[in-house]
Amino acid sequence: MKNIQDALTKAGRVPIGERAVQAAEATMLEATRRGLVDVAYYLIDSPLGTLFAASTAKGLVRLAYVQDLDPILAELADRVSPRVVESKKELELVRRRLDEYFEGKRQSFDLPLDFRLSNGFYGRVLQATARIPYGQTVSYRDMAEKAGNLRATRAAGNALGSNPIAIVVPCHRVLRTGGDLGGYTGGLDKKIILLRLEKVIN
Amino acid sequence: MSLPPFQSLLDRYREPVYRFLVATAGPQYADDCFQETFLAALAAYPRLRRGSNLRAWLFTIAYRKAMDSHRTRRKDRATGPAVEKASPSTDGYSDIWDAVKRLPPKQRAAVFHRYAADLPYKDIANVLGSTDAAARQNVREGLKKLKEVFS
Repeated sequence: MKNIQDALTKAGRVPIGERAVQAAEATMLEATRRGLVDVAYYLIDSPLGTLFAASTAKGLVRLAYVQDLDPILAELADRVSPRVVESKKELELVRRRLDEYFEGKRQSFDLPLDFRLSNGFYGRVLQATARIPYGQTVSYRDMAEKAGNLRATRAAGNALGSNPIAIVVPCHRVLRTGGDLGGYTGGLDKKIILLRLEKVIN
Repeated sequence: MSLPPFQSLLDRYREPVYRFLVATAGPQYADDCFQETFLAALAAYPRLRRGSNLRAWLFTIAYRKAMDSHRTRRKDRATGPAVEKASPSTDGYSDIWDAVKRLPPKQRAAVFHRYAADLPYKDIANVLGSTDAAARQNVREGLKKLKEVFS
């Protein structure tokens, strides 16, 4: 009996790791083709470090400076759909547009956006933020006004701090009244790089 | 607690599922069965209850797809009675797994799940829709038959 068990166990250990990886990639390409993938994501290199990008059928839903992949994927699985799959192809356009932006060749991203991760007042603030033109800035107070509540400057600041779509929704173009740079969730150094790139500051 | 992102299932189980399909469906059909398995899993995924045993669920789908693959194949797989006095091949996998495929259905399934998928008996019982004891029995009897073939 032991002989048979050994034979079964050993025979099962054919080295096929690589074939499994390829099979998985081919399968997910087909899955995307069939519309079975609700959220596609990929990691994109940039001058500001590694960016996590995710999109739905509606458009870019998440762009974030990322350290740890697990919490950001878990959040998407929870708040959008558990059908979250890695896909280089689906995020290819986003990657290209970002590359062109950082090379100074592009001022408008022209990407469809999915704002489902921000609702209500936060959503209105961020949609208004998406309309701030390249190289221009507005104040937190202005944003509050655009979102329909002049008195909600701090809330506007919080909305911008929670922006799920960094860079493309340009919360970096929002400064304090009086010109003080204000804050930036990714770290002020990144905000400065972006404002320098857009020639807002030296 | 919600379902994990599907990619994590893919990363964790692609190799064991592939290996399982090589054993149950055969090396030349493993790619197709793999695709069928994970596409079916992805389609059904959002409807899963939280706390489901994802591993057992995935292997149930894989096993079904492997059996479907056998059924839809036109060529005659039966090559006559079990091989006489063959010795189990420990380098490749064809001889012994071919013999497993000729076992009666419950024993075949039990041996596949135990030795190709490495499932614990509790999960095998789940997948077979039987008891832990029945799963063990099926594996025991399957191994006994294999021993007869190879000795």
